[in-house]
Amino acid sequence: MTMDSTSTERRTLLAMALLAAASAAGASVSPRSQAPDFTLRQIDGPNLRLTEQRGRVVMVNFWATWCGPCRIELPHLSRLHEKYRGSGFLMLGVNIDEDPAQAKALVAKLGLKFPVLLDTDKRVVGAYDLNAMPATVLIDKDGRARHVHRGYREGVEQTYEQQLRDLLKE
Amino acid sequence: MTTPEAASPLPLEGATPADRRSRIRGVCLVALAIAAITGGCAMPQPWVKPHERERLADPIMQWQGDLLAAKNSQHVRDIREGARGANGVQGGGCGCK
Amino acid sequence: MAASRLLARWLKAIGGLLGGTLGVTAQAAPLPPDRAEAMYHRYQGGGLTSDGPAFLVRKSLADKVSLTGQLYVDAVSNASVDVVTTASPYKERRTEFNLGLDYAVRDSNITLGYAASKEPDYRADAFSVDVAQETFGGMTTVNLGFTRGADKVGQKTLGFFDEAKHWQYRLGVTQILTPKWLASANLEAISDTGYLGNPYRAARAFGALIPETVPRTRSSRALNLRVIGDLGARDALRGSYRYFWDNWQVKAHTIEGGYSRYIGESFLLDGFLRYYKQDKASFYSDDAQSQNLYVTRNRQLGTYNGTTAGGKVTYSYRKVPGQYEIKFNGALEVLRYQYSDYSDLRTGLPYRLNATILQLYVTANY
Repeated sequence: MTMDSTSTERRTLLAMALLAAASAAGASVSPRSQAPDFTLRQIDGPNLRLTEQRGRVVMVNFWATWCGPCRIELPHLSRLHEKYRGSGFLMLGVNIDEDPAQAKALVAKLGLKFPVLLDTDKRVVGAYDLNAMPATVLIDKDGRARHVHRGYREGVEQTYEQQLRDLLKE
Repeated sequence: MTTPEAASPLPLEGATPADRRSRIRGVCLVALAIAAITGGCAMPQPWVKPHERERLADPIMQWQGDLLAAKNSQHVRDIREGARGANGVQGGGCGCK
Repeated sequence: MAASRLLARWLKAIGGLLGGTLGVTAQAAPLPPDRAEAMYHRYQGGGLTSDGPAFLVRKSLADKVSLTGQLYVDAVSNASVDVVTTASPYKERRTEFNLGLDYAVRDSNITLGYAASKEPDYRADAFSVDVAQETFGGMTTVNLGFTRGADKVGQKTLGFFDEAKHWQYRLGVTQILTPKWLASANLEAISDTGYLGNPYRAARAFGALIPETVPRTRSSRALNLRVIGDLGARDALRGSYRYFWDNWQVKAHTIEGGYSRYIGESFLLDGFLRYYKQDKASFYSDDAQSQNLYVTRNRQLGTYNGTTAGGKVTYSYRKVPGQYEIKFNGALEVLRYQYSDYSDLRTGLPYRLNATILQLYVTANY
């Protein structure tokens, strides 16, 4: 009797410890979990679905025209897309502006080369719940989120490059 | 928890020592559950996410208008009014008459 | 090179000390946007006209620091009622120069400022430090600031004869309430010592003009509560209330409300109303009937109320999102001060001051 209740206790305690850890973690995207799937319309064309990009390393960047650091980061992301797209890398920009026309104008002005998706109702950015603007997620060839970057600091694009090269080698 | 014969810290009434032990364990588990759940929300979480702050980034959501104009208006008031401070106009004290 | 690295490390240490508390997200607090402004301003009221240009340039360097330079010129071409009735008219020019340095460290923004103001008979220098710290996921910003000022007080015939020093301490909190509403509370304490009067101004006792005598220290506090919100139709509403009190027994209330609205693609309209009410300093008197240590007839320290109504039109001349934006602005403020215990010596009636401020300026974000 005592033995049974002790092991039940232990399992309950373990479950609660995990629950506590999970509630403390906060983010819905934790390293090595499957990146939440989404299907969004591109700025200039058809829908694009994340899970269809399996086999490629994908970097998803959430940005907005009203976010200063986002605007500074975008040209760096375009450069990374151009450099590694031939090796199986895809940069996806997810814009969350209420007015997509603003996003279009900025994409045109900056000459961004990577696909920009529109998340006007902010459902995808909410699902990822990264609590930062801009927010970047590096997804490996199996669709797992491997690296999460919150905010933008000058020079972090070098870290992006290093991490995506490691993922491409896998 | 490890020594079944340990004295109970709580004045629990139970028919048998086994009942008391299981009651103690029950209370401790409930306490742990509360701690586990509330441990993750001891503080309220920020309720306006960074991606929801588009309206707040608009220039019309600034207290002060444009810098030079705000400074000029504030200077006119500083000369003519006895109150000073806490108006948010930066740029150091002028101290002029 | 070594000095700037040392400075960077020192500032990073301060930033680290102040670093984000809940650890929810350590975002870089962005530097203020690059900007240039050029303005013509004119004040007319109570017989006095003062106008001049003002300029501002702000540029960020290497995405690490932002430098701001301002130049402000004020040329008085007429005389106020004090000067007209108790002294001789004068022409004079005030020039103010400001330098600012903004440095962003993780969630903190540190601003260093220097201000220098020069008139023929008054020099003022001030050095300030302000820190803005984002906490609670960026929803709460805490502001701390300090300014130290030193003035040289002069008089036309005497030259520079005395000094004044000022200390200002600021504490503020700005809180995001909802995706559309912000509120803030700011407290500022100011201490002054030295010559705090005006060498040209005369006081009056028993009907006769006498030199004014003002305490050589002053200590004041001001609390400002503000709220601003987006109303959903490309417009915003703002309101603020400030209470001021000091050890000269001056008490003042300031209430202000304003409304901004975008019209079409290129226009922005803004309007505001402001009401100011003050109770006099303990030693203020229009005509003192008793012998006191301190006496002043400086109407700035009397009992009065002031109403201001202002409007501004902004025309967005050229806008390239994320690149640059040029705007033309015109603003007009109409002020009306009514003094309860300051009489116009020319008429004997309580003085009323009607004034206007005109501001015409160009701004560029780039």
